[in-house]
Amino acid sequence: MTNILEESGFDPNRKLRIVGTSPVKPDGRDKVTGRAKFGADLALPGMLVGKVLRSPHPHAIIKFIDTSRAQALPGVMAVVTRDDFPEIPPGTGEGDLTRNVMAREKALYDGHAVAAVAATSESIAKQALKLIRVDYEKLPHVIDAVEAMAPGAPILHEHLRAEGIKGAEDKPTNVVERQEFRMGDVEAGFREADVVIEREFRTCPIHQGYIEPQACVANWTKAGRVELWCCTQAHFGMRDNLASILDIPKEEICITGAEIGGAFGGKTIMYAEPLAIQLSRKAKRPVRIVLNRNEVFRATGPVSGTHSRIKMGVTRSGRFTAAEAEMVYQCGAFTGSMYYNGAQTMFTRYDLKNAKAVAYEVVSNRPKVNAFRAPGVPPVVFGVESVVDELAKAIGMDPLELRLKNAATEGYTTIYGETFGPIGFVETLEAAMKHEHYRAPHSGPNCGRGVAAGFWWNRAGDTSGKLRITADGSVNLLLGTIDIGGSRVSMCMMAAEELGIPLERVSAVIANTDQVSYNRLTAGSRVTFSSGIIVVDCARQAIAELRRRAAAAWNVSEQEVVYEDGTCRLARAGGAAPLSMAELVKRGGPISCSSTLAVTGAGPGFGVHIVDLEVDRETGGVKILRYTVVEDAGKAINRHQVEGQYQSGAAQGVGWALNEEYIYGEDGRLQNPSFLDYRMPVASDLPMIEAVIIEVPNPKHPYGLRGVGEVPVVPTLAAIANAITSAIGVRPYELPMSPPRLLKLIETAGTSKS
Amino acid sequence: MGELRYEAPDTIEAAVKLLARANGAARVLAGGTDVIVQMETDLIEPELLVDIKKIPQLREITAERGAYRVGAAVSCMELIEHEGFCRAWPGVIDGVKLIGSIQVKGRATMAGNLCNASPAADSVPALIAAGAQVTIAGPNGVRQAPVEAIPVSPGKTSLAKGEIVTSFLFPARPPRSGDAYLRFTPRTEMDIAVVGAGVNLTLDAGGTCTSARVALGAVAPTVLLVKEAAEALIGTRVGEAALDKLAKAASAACRPIDDKRGTKEYRIKVAGVLAGRAARQALERARQS
Repeated sequence: MTNILEESGFDPNRKLRIVGTSPVKPDGRDKVTGRAKFGADLALPGMLVGKVLRSPHPHAIIKFIDTSRAQALPGVMAVVTRDDFPEIPPGTGEGDLTRNVMAREKALYDGHAVAAVAATSESIAKQALKLIRVDYEKLPHVIDAVEAMAPGAPILHEHLRAEGIKGAEDKPTNVVERQEFRMGDVEAGFREADVVIEREFRTCPIHQGYIEPQACVANWTKAGRVELWCCTQAHFGMRDNLASILDIPKEEICITGAEIGGAFGGKTIMYAEPLAIQLSRKAKRPVRIVLNRNEVFRATGPVSGTHSRIKMGVTRSGRFTAAEAEMVYQCGAFTGSMYYNGAQTMFTRYDLKNAKAVAYEVVSNRPKVNAFRAPGVPPVVFGVESVVDELAKAIGMDPLELRLKNAATEGYTTIYGETFGPIGFVETLEAAMKHEHYRAPHSGPNCGRGVAAGFWWNRAGDTSGKLRITADGSVNLLLGTIDIGGSRVSMCMMAAEELGIPLERVSAVIANTDQVSYNRLTAGSRVTFSSGIIVVDCARQAIAELRRRAAAAWNVSEQEVVYEDGTCRLARAGGAAPLSMAELVKRGGPISCSSTLAVTGAGPGFGVHIVDLEVDRETGGVKILRYTVVEDAGKAINRHQVEGQYQSGAAQGVGWALNEEYIYGEDGRLQNPSFLDYRMPVASDLPMIEAVIIEVPNPKHPYGLRGVGEVPVVPTLAAIANAITSAIGVRPYELPMSPPRLLKLIETAGTSKS
Repeated sequence: MGELRYEAPDTIEAAVKLLARANGAARVLAGGTDVIVQMETDLIEPELLVDIKKIPQLREITAERGAYRVGAAVSCMELIEHEGFCRAWPGVIDGVKLIGSIQVKGRATMAGNLCNASPAADSVPALIAAGAQVTIAGPNGVRQAPVEAIPVSPGKTSLAKGEIVTSFLFPARPPRSGDAYLRFTPRTEMDIAVVGAGVNLTLDAGGTCTSARVALGAVAPTVLLVKEAAEALIGTRVGEAALDKLAKAASAACRPIDDKRGTKEYRIKVAGVLAGRAARQALERARQS
């Protein structure tokens, strides 16, 4: 029998009742009324308050930690430091993990955890932190990645040797690795070009900006098991990582994911969780740690800042002949930037034959980076799509026309070796070009319009889940993937569609790590695709079981039983009355189906953004006037949820493009660890963002979906930069395109003209 | 760290007594939108909080022969919803409206905004441009002072131990008067001024400016009252030349710093731009009044 990965059963002509509509998500009501249980909401009897002491220095040897006075304070039940964590050699994956959650030999960034306490109240815990004496030997620090690559820069890790750089193997360095991707003959390609443009770009690290700070409750039980409730989008991965750094068997750790107040990739790795576990182990009581916003900014994952040099060539007739890029990714104190994503995706969407992308990852004294929607991709696509805009101008071609002329189609083999199946880039570009927004005039002396395109693979991977039919014929899904983007409602919709029952009869809960098999994390736009396949697989198993039971009841073969809209009936007219799901459960007992698969077949996603904006020439302020996101979803299971993904991608991109940045002082300390001074956009900064859903199905999925979480943020930075260029006549090459920077640009351009 | 004591007296005298007798650090709690945040982030650790919201006369807005007296515990939203005050002092309301979200403004007060002594406080340039006075109660009785005399440096006021601001007094308005406050922030709201400019002016029947006050925020350790900028307008019909002069005088008066919220160079330039724009708006309002 073929499995669902080989034969998805996708049928373009299938009549759908529920998939493709926009029901309200069932978990929404509890969230907006404050009843949903987020990370900080769980309380256990006897629970202690955990607090973390953090390094005020960006780079310092920790010579000695004296916790005796803190331990003596009444109400303090446990104190942990590096001595409470097993020694793991530096330079290994686990060695990095343990050093990031608790500094060992050195503090490597402002905010790096050096100790933690558990006490009976928050004020005692805070007081205890002040009683811990840490003897630091301050070292020179380096914040910028390019400076960290320079000879003589302060070295973060003595063991680090640059991989992939010839001759650099013996000396300590801050370069983690160099990777190169290439196809065709770049030099020959540039020779064929009529116009070649080469530019350099800089982007800065930004925070994911989730509203809910990380929170966890750890309970080391008498039986020696670890129970952990926390905000995570990677509960299985976290379980495995905790097991390896704390030397506990995986099976002894059970993680339950709380409702999540925003993640965007920033909740894929652990921070305070291992500290809470070790505190609970020592105190023999449950411990809760809730980070505050200052800690979130100083110690949890920003996205990489990048430096890139991008060169592209085009013929007069508008064919790209070659593309080349060199990029440096800043990753903070430890590897994790996923810099290879940028190198692989930055040009992918154009049918280039000749391309080369070289990426370096570099450590510096900043918090270790973490994932963010399309990790590593938007900052380098900012450069590529800016150069494409310049090329279009240089040859006098409409910028979307140029992109359409070079759009990759089915059968194109990418720089990383994948040959595309059916993809919807052409359809997306055509829809953008036909859209009323693109055809509408944009006027005003300081107004401009920009466009840009983007690509993301969309991911799949190990996924496991269950479906139960209860005694009353209701259906309950047990999902192994954390819901960070409204995926539960889509799962319920797919189950209801398959089973032909009303959506109200399907509910979904997220499993803890004991209840289902391993699930890859919620990331890469993989969940609605992968968990959706699991749900459909389970539903089809359930239908098969229902038909078997009906066939047995009627003493006919299964082929003679038709399953339709939640009931089984005989294929021929007359005879026995149909049997409902509830009746069939009564006859044969509960029905439970499960599916565990290494899911494959994710479909690539492409998007095009159109933005109109106005620049205040006297202040450099930018007002976004109109924004349209056009993107191929394959199939929108829940249209509202998909629109939300498109809009939120653009909104986050606007912040990244215009104002968000980390400001470090000369002392290497972060100066703006709050939402007041870290300027994410607020609602009034944005117009209503129009979402246009294109549907070019991915036949590997039963309903044809691709994935929609990452692509929406990829083109934003360049779309805005291109619009600003069109408004003020001069191009920004550096993010954020903040008012002081734009004002300077406007003045420089004014001077050079006069 | 000692225990935090919270007191909510119902008379000004009792509040003054509590503050005057406090041994350790004491703070007045009005809306608490700065004090509570500073406590939460460990910037201050007061041992005594004196909540003034239970003192009835500090919650009142009263009209006194064309003048307005606004109690120190009147919330920004209460002021924004007071039609008479909004008509008289639209520029002050411009500033008040920019203090945080609606929820924050439901708690925050102008007196708190002033006594927090931030050079970027949004209500303060408009208050200074308006020529508002504060009434101060203290252990030695009651005194009056102009608003600009209160802040002395970032986070520090001229108030003596035991003194509290009890109310603001806004003078009666001559006809053909208008005021306006504008600030620049990278975001449209929920932000702190990179530069703020408040302008208040009065015209004679012929449209000539007879008096003007110009105040700038976030360009010096305290909000600046810029005489040269006001003089650029007085005696003119507030045309392009006068506005240009005003902008230059405003920029020239700035003594800003480079910080996370803006650069020196940028603040100096934008101060002139905003002062000009605020003056245009004040002029428009004066003509319509």
